[in-house]
Amino acid sequence: MAGLLDGFLELLDVLLRNRVRTVMTALSVAWGIFVLVVLLGLGRGLENNVRWMYRDDAVNSIWVYRGRRTIPYQGHPVGERLRYTNRDHELVEARVDGLEKISSRFYPPIPDSVRWQGKIVAADFRAVHPDHRYLENTLVETGRFLDEADLLEKRKVAVIGVQIVGTLFGDHPPIGEWIDIGGAMFKVVGTFRDVGGVNEESQIYLPITTAQASFAGADRVDQVMFTIDDAHMADAVAIEDEVREMLSRAHGVSPADRRAVRIRNNVEEFVRVQSIFDMLAAFVWLVGAGTVAAGIVGVSNILLVSVKERTQEIGLRKALGATPGSIVRMILAEALLLTGTAGYAGLIAGLLVVEGLRRWVPENDYIRDPDIELSTAVGALVLLVVAGCLGGLVPAWRAATLDPIVALREE
Amino acid sequence: MIRLVGIDKTYRVGAHPLHVLKGLHLTVPPGELLAIMGSSGSGKSTLLNILGILDGYDGGEYWLGDALVKDLSERKAADYRNRFLGFVFQSFHLLPFKTALENVALPLYYQGVSRKERLRRAAEHLDQVGLSDWSGHLPGELSGGQKQRVAIARALVTRPRVMLADEPTGALDSVTTQEIMDLLKRVNAEGMTIVVVTHESDIAEQCARTVFLKDGRFEGER
Ligand SMILES: Nc1ncnc2c1ncn2[C@@H]1O[C@H](COP(=O)(O)OP(=O)(O)O)[C@@H](O)[C@H]1O
Ligand SMILES: [Mg+2]
Repeated sequence: MAGLLDGFLELLDVLLRNRVRTVMTALSVAWGIFVLVVLLGLGRGLENNVRWMYRDDAVNSIWVYRGRRTIPYQGHPVGERLRYTNRDHELVEARVDGLEKISSRFYPPIPDSVRWQGKIVAADFRAVHPDHRYLENTLVETGRFLDEADLLEKRKVAVIGVQIVGTLFGDHPPIGEWIDIGGAMFKVVGTFRDVGGVNEESQIYLPITTAQASFAGADRVDQVMFTIDDAHMADAVAIEDEVREMLSRAHGVSPADRRAVRIRNNVEEFVRVQSIFDMLAAFVWLVGAGTVAAGIVGVSNILLVSVKERTQEIGLRKALGATPGSIVRMILAEALLLTGTAGYAGLIAGLLVVEGLRRWVPENDYIRDPDIELSTAVGALVLLVVAGCLGGLVPAWRAATLDPIVALREE
Repeated sequence: MIRLVGIDKTYRVGAHPLHVLKGLHLTVPPGELLAIMGSSGSGKSTLLNILGILDGYDGGEYWLGDALVKDLSERKAADYRNRFLGFVFQSFHLLPFKTALENVALPLYYQGVSRKERLRRAAEHLDQVGLSDWSGHLPGELSGGQKQRVAIARALVTRPRVMLADEPTGALDSVTTQEIMDLLKRVNAEGMTIVVVTHESDIAEQCARTVFLKDGRFEGER
């Protein structure tokens, strides 16, 4: 009786010892995938935040401003400001490879206010091309934005920011109303919002041709801005140089003068930020690879111990007719069960934490909408399970080649 | 049922090869209950391992029924063990976490028999060894004699050609030993060919025939 109890306690003891080790391994696997999922989510949050910070202007845009000369050249003195015209716009439009959208801007030299039925409100004016709305991410609220016909016919139409709508019209619907701009009457055809904020929403857009004709602009242009397509993003710096060279030659600017044709290259900046995120992603996946490697080793270890402890059982199974293949399948099934269950638990916990962060973390300067794509998460899980199977290979091979005679030897 | 023709076996470990079996000849007709006796180290287990296709041999031929057992692949060996042979061990070798019924059913698992059918046949054989009431118990809850009867049921469940028993009563007291021997004799009477390895002469005396192994050769029989 004592022997039986003893045997039973020994069995219980082995099971408990096994259980602790099993739970530890499962925890390490679950923790690994948990960390991976949370890191992926946070990385996405960082990236979303940067995208949000750049949301005002098109990230793939290059802006060309009128700078001042810093080197005297061809009779032009230092400090002289460049004067662009429609020809410069046409030059850029014709020559730049991968150009997507283009607009110029002309700031009409008029008082910065607008009148309607005796009321007067402050406003800024931008005379632009229809594509301008892609460059500034202008969101049409009611009516429409400027179109090609407005420019061709030099129509006296205006698209006004929602800030002006409120102060100028109150509750009165603005579309179709005539407003006084610099002494000329313009018809409101649309209103817009802009994520850039109050200042952006206090703008009034006019057709550039109309403004040039109405306000003594002749063919003057203050800035030229354009976007380039995805395929040419990597060439952003080359495109910038090309535009500078082209305009410098057209305006008699010294080739060494980099300030006269002043350029803001959002693409280059964005590509640089993007490359930081690519590095971050690589780092996260490196951590993931480390996790997976640790998972392989951990699973491999526990199964090796388990195979060793079950030497007799495996020997007996072979004596009863288990083929090496069936033994391999048995051990691999354990590996799969262990990593699969633990990995799944870690995945769910990670997703919950990421979702919790997304919902409850207050707005801040670093993280916005942390998120993880289901395909990424499932990919990570599949990777882990594959790793678990790899980890099971050595123990499985050890078990399959185990000699039943040695295993069953009577001592 | 079993025919050994000049079986030779040498262990090669270290500098000195150990010639354990030296040209054994043996014929076991169907339905025989044969005892193999010999002192410790005489090669009994080695011979039984060869009979059980757990080990190979260097020379001669081993015929099991109409099949020549020689240089088999691992797969083939596993298949032969499963279908042709039943094992009974001194220390039972039941899986501690499986019930008596599940232990008996285990060999059928490796034949791809469905679980339901496995358990049905296992219950039948457990009944034959008088343990139907214990089918749901774990080995830890059984006495030594009961464990060995479960092991015998497990050896019989595939209806093998030969049952091989290595010191089947070595771990049992004298009363239980006799119970097990009675069971083996009954199974034999129903037609099963049985080879028992033992060093106890009162076990051997209950067998139809005994061969004596000494220094790797058979030295007489009874
Ligand atoms: N795997 C092995 N390697 C080397 N020598 C072995 C091995 N197995 C058994 N022997 C030796 O062979 C001899 C016979 O052993 P065994 O068949 O176990 O004898 P028995 O079962 O009759 O006691 C012994 O001297 C033993 O030490
Ligand atoms: Mg022995």
